[in-house]
Amino acid sequence: MASVEASSVGENAPDCVLTSLTNTPVHFHEYQGKVLYVDFWASWCTSCVQSFPFLNQLTHEFGEQGLHIVGVNLDEKIDDAMVFLGHHPSHFTIANHGGEQCAKSFDVQAMPSSFLIDKKGVIRYTHQGFRAGETEELKAQIVQLLSEK
Amino acid sequence: MRFLYFFCLIFLSACSNVSPWERGTLAKPHMSLELSPLQNSLRFHQYGSREAASGGVEVGGGGCGCY
Repeated sequence: MASVEASSVGENAPDCVLTSLTNTPVHFHEYQGKVLYVDFWASWCTSCVQSFPFLNQLTHEFGEQGLHIVGVNLDEKIDDAMVFLGHHPSHFTIANHGGEQCAKSFDVQAMPSSFLIDKKGVIRYTHQGFRAGETEELKAQIVQLLSEK
Repeated sequence: MRFLYFFCLIFLSACSNVSPWERGTLAKPHMSLELSPLQNSLRFHQYGSREAASGGVEVGGGGCGCY
């Protein structure tokens, strides 16, 4: 049985080795020095539909300042994810292969779950679900982390 | 014999933990316990109007456990 590492604020983020939809390796440790936003999602998750436009907006707004977003897909069938992405295009990295082990490492408790990781690789903010009213708080956190050295 | 019952009770249980990312099948509409979600919605609306009270019926969102 795979070990489960609890991931909470203040702890070092687990390292995940994933593969993107374009077969590019996605290695969380390579994003040290950048602010990394990890979002665990699935096609059947209704809140994920609402979160995608917001994540696209974050990419456009903060991408050049050093924010990188990785959407970790947890669909059991990759075709379901592809249909979802056909309806809701993403402007950020989508990784799928290795997602389940990554979700275990992050101790994901609900869908969607998101983790904001600072430039040193420490988890600084976690969030479960997606509600439009909570986006400003998240943006403020991102601005704060981007301003840190 | 008691040991056998105990063994069956503990180890032959059909219950298991389902991880949040394994609930795709449970999230499908035909897995819902409601036979007619629309009819139930209208019924609860009617009940709320008549009794001047709402809530206390059930939590929405199906079986996906999404937030």
